[in-house]
Amino acid sequence: MSENSTMTANGGHHEHEHENHSVFGFWLYLMSDCVIFGCLFASYAVLHGQFFGAPTFKELLHAGDIEFSTVAYETALLLLSSLTFGFAMLSAHKGNRSGTLLWMVVSAVLGAGFLGLEIKEFMHLISKGATPESCAHWSAFFTLVGTHGLHVTIGLIWMIVLMIQVATKGVGSHMMPRLTCLSLFWHFLDIIWICVFSFVYLLSML
Amino acid sequence: MLGILSLKDIPYNVPILVGTFVGVAIIGLAVLFAITYYGKWTVLFKNWLFSVDHKRIGIMYIVLALVMLFRGFCDALMMRTQQAIAFDSPGYLPPHHYDQIFTAHGTIMIFFMAMAFMQGLFNLIVPLQIGARDVAFPFLNSLSFWLTTAGAILVNISLFIGEFSTAGWLAYPPVSELQFSPGVGVDYYIWAVQISGIGTVLTAVNFMTTMCKMRAPGMTWMRLPVFCWTVFAACIMIYTTFPALTVSIAELTLDRYLGMHFFTNELGGNVMLYLNLIWAWGHPEVYILVIPAFGCFSELVPVFCKKPLFGYATMVYATLTITVLSLLVWVHHFFTMGAGANVNSFFGIMTMIIAIPTGVKIFNWLFTMYRGRIEFTAPMYWTIGFMIVFVIGGMTGVMLAIPASDFVLHNSEFLIAHFHNTIIGGVYFGYIAGMNFWAPKVTGFKMSQGLGKAAFWFWFFGFFLSFVPLYITGFDGMVRRLNHYDNPDWHFWLIIACVGAFCILCGVVCQLTQIFLGIWNMDKPGHKDITGDPWDGRTLEWSTSSPAPIYNFAHIPVVHARDAFAYDKEHGIDTRRTSEPYQDIIMPKNTSAGFFIGMLSFVFGFAAVWHIWWLAIVAGILMLLIVIGYSFKEDKEFVIPAAEVERIEKEHSRNIMTQVAE
Repeated sequence: MSENSTMTANGGHHEHEHENHSVFGFWLYLMSDCVIFGCLFASYAVLHGQFFGAPTFKELLHAGDIEFSTVAYETALLLLSSLTFGFAMLSAHKGNRSGTLLWMVVSAVLGAGFLGLEIKEFMHLISKGATPESCAHWSAFFTLVGTHGLHVTIGLIWMIVLMIQVATKGVGSHMMPRLTCLSLFWHFLDIIWICVFSFVYLLSML
Repeated sequence: MLGILSLKDIPYNVPILVGTFVGVAIIGLAVLFAITYYGKWTVLFKNWLFSVDHKRIGIMYIVLALVMLFRGFCDALMMRTQQAIAFDSPGYLPPHHYDQIFTAHGTIMIFFMAMAFMQGLFNLIVPLQIGARDVAFPFLNSLSFWLTTAGAILVNISLFIGEFSTAGWLAYPPVSELQFSPGVGVDYYIWAVQISGIGTVLTAVNFMTTMCKMRAPGMTWMRLPVFCWTVFAACIMIYTTFPALTVSIAELTLDRYLGMHFFTNELGGNVMLYLNLIWAWGHPEVYILVIPAFGCFSELVPVFCKKPLFGYATMVYATLTITVLSLLVWVHHFFTMGAGANVNSFFGIMTMIIAIPTGVKIFNWLFTMYRGRIEFTAPMYWTIGFMIVFVIGGMTGVMLAIPASDFVLHNSEFLIAHFHNTIIGGVYFGYIAGMNFWAPKVTGFKMSQGLGKAAFWFWFFGFFLSFVPLYITGFDGMVRRLNHYDNPDWHFWLIIACVGAFCILCGVVCQLTQIFLGIWNMDKPGHKDITGDPWDGRTLEWSTSSPAPIYNFAHIPVVHARDAFAYDKEHGIDTRRTSEPYQDIIMPKNTSAGFFIGMLSFVFGFAAVWHIWWLAIVAGILMLLIVIGYSFKEDKEFVIPAAEVERIEKEHSRNIMTQVAE
């Protein structure tokens, strides 16, 4: 608790001081969001295996209705889009507006690809009778994976809004905190997906 | 077009509700008329409803809390009268209506009275105590308030359109599932709690950021006033545990709206999952409420004892210890679940351990009072009353923490008496003490001490009259939430409890009179607070004028020691730095975005309750558009010129001089 570490704090209201706070505040929000996923994982842990006559994960896997390759593609798309968003941030730090925009477009397309595959997978599962209302397992599954998907959707909307802002306002110091927040969010969703992939898909496939 | 809403959902055949509606309508029309008559609509919207000033938002939170207190207290009176007369008779409230009343009472008192009051105190005090000009995110602050208000409106509108939940304040499944609660009551509960919960999380993020990033120069962590420390602890608990509430309520929503099976009786649903999730939030929640109340006591005891707080560091560590322990005790709400002796022992012991840091706090306040020159003002009355009431509540809590005795007392009136003992004695007494203490700073006038003390005595004795009988009937085997009963042993005690509730009513009337009389006399000498420091305060909020100017501090104060303002006064330092030249101050502009998003979230909630899907979609899209639109807005700030700052500050200095001369 050194004197120096707290001397910077003051009540000034200059534009960029404000925005600096927004990155810190967004970190705090993300911790809260992380607990939301924690609770959803806990629900899934409690309810998984409760099929009650609905098609089980293993049955669907053996029948080829859940394909490991689809999940692998989804993972690859999402992780790649995280990488490309990293490139967008690098361009933004260099003040390169068109580079930022280009990488953001690539990230958004990859993210949309992930979402498309996920929706397709969900539709297929539902057509096979593994619906959210069929049993507790599938309720927990669709809620957990779906909440992640919902976050990706929100991230995509956010990305489009920021693309418009980057295009019209450039990548000056006022845009950096916004881009940093979205970047944090986008990487956070990756981490959550890795957990989804490991605990929901991999564990059930063993 | 209107979903499942139809004319038969309006309870025009229930006399109590029609009477209430007429009363509310008359008061509402009178208020609307008064605003129109005095031409205050523009002022109301521009200066208050659209305000992002933390002081105004704080006042609005407290007004909301007091209105909801009135509603929740009416529910309490109805329950006590029902139980007093329902011996061997059905009483005057049919079970379905009675169940709605106890559910509404709990929901309102926790979510919309206590939480709103608490956030009001955060807003009013924290930026002033840390020497900041506003919170980190002024717009989010306004949004938080309007989300909380939207939830409160949803709860209240359920009185007149449809019904409220009958499933208790935590909506335990399977009772709260569609199968057993097919009406819209639980849906009202779900959306009200969910919407206001989001507001609370935003508040926590906001204040956490404010305290981490915006403390005045020199204000190290160990110089932070204890109230701010308690807010800090509460914020940590809010943003780590409110997500658990969000998820449990969301899963219940999915069960009810999409036919899922999280907590249903069939197809693998697990009721105990809900209980674990919601109590993982619910137990920290009571600490979220009570810790800032401890903060209020820690601020006012040193001021009224004229000496620094005893054991500042232990107070801080005790607060943080409670924060951590609060996350490890939730199973004590359902020892009867059958988790086994080992699990129950763990949670029982953790629960008892919390008594230790709490005891540290009590002794710190006592030692601060010891050999102090105690000034017996109304806030001190509430403080001393708190120590008596809360310690008893804490001890019955330790009794309930013993799993073996909990098996006997679980869900009995003993439990009801215990938690009212801690929540009224701790939370309510604390917030009211804080309100009496900080009222001059917020409003510019002192509240009547006589009425404040009268209110205290009514509450103090009323409390014991109401709740000691419940301890006794609880031991006598009376379970909670009974609509009527035929055990003659309980009847006498329930009549006493009813008398106690009316005694508390006198206290509430005294408090309302205290507030209205204060407003009536606000400009009269003897009531007006001219110096800004009516109690000889110790922390920075007392260094500025009362009420504080919009920018709080013309110069950001420099902190030299703990109890910064007391130190400055002792060492002859001018905290306001009146001799230095003033500078332009940049402040955030007011915005209507928070208000409209809040109101749209109410529309969204209402539409969702009644399955009016088109309306819900429209409201949802509009909310999204407002957020996006707001992010495109460029000029969110305005400048207060140095000359204007100088004029305001000079005037305040002149007022102080006149006061001193008199």
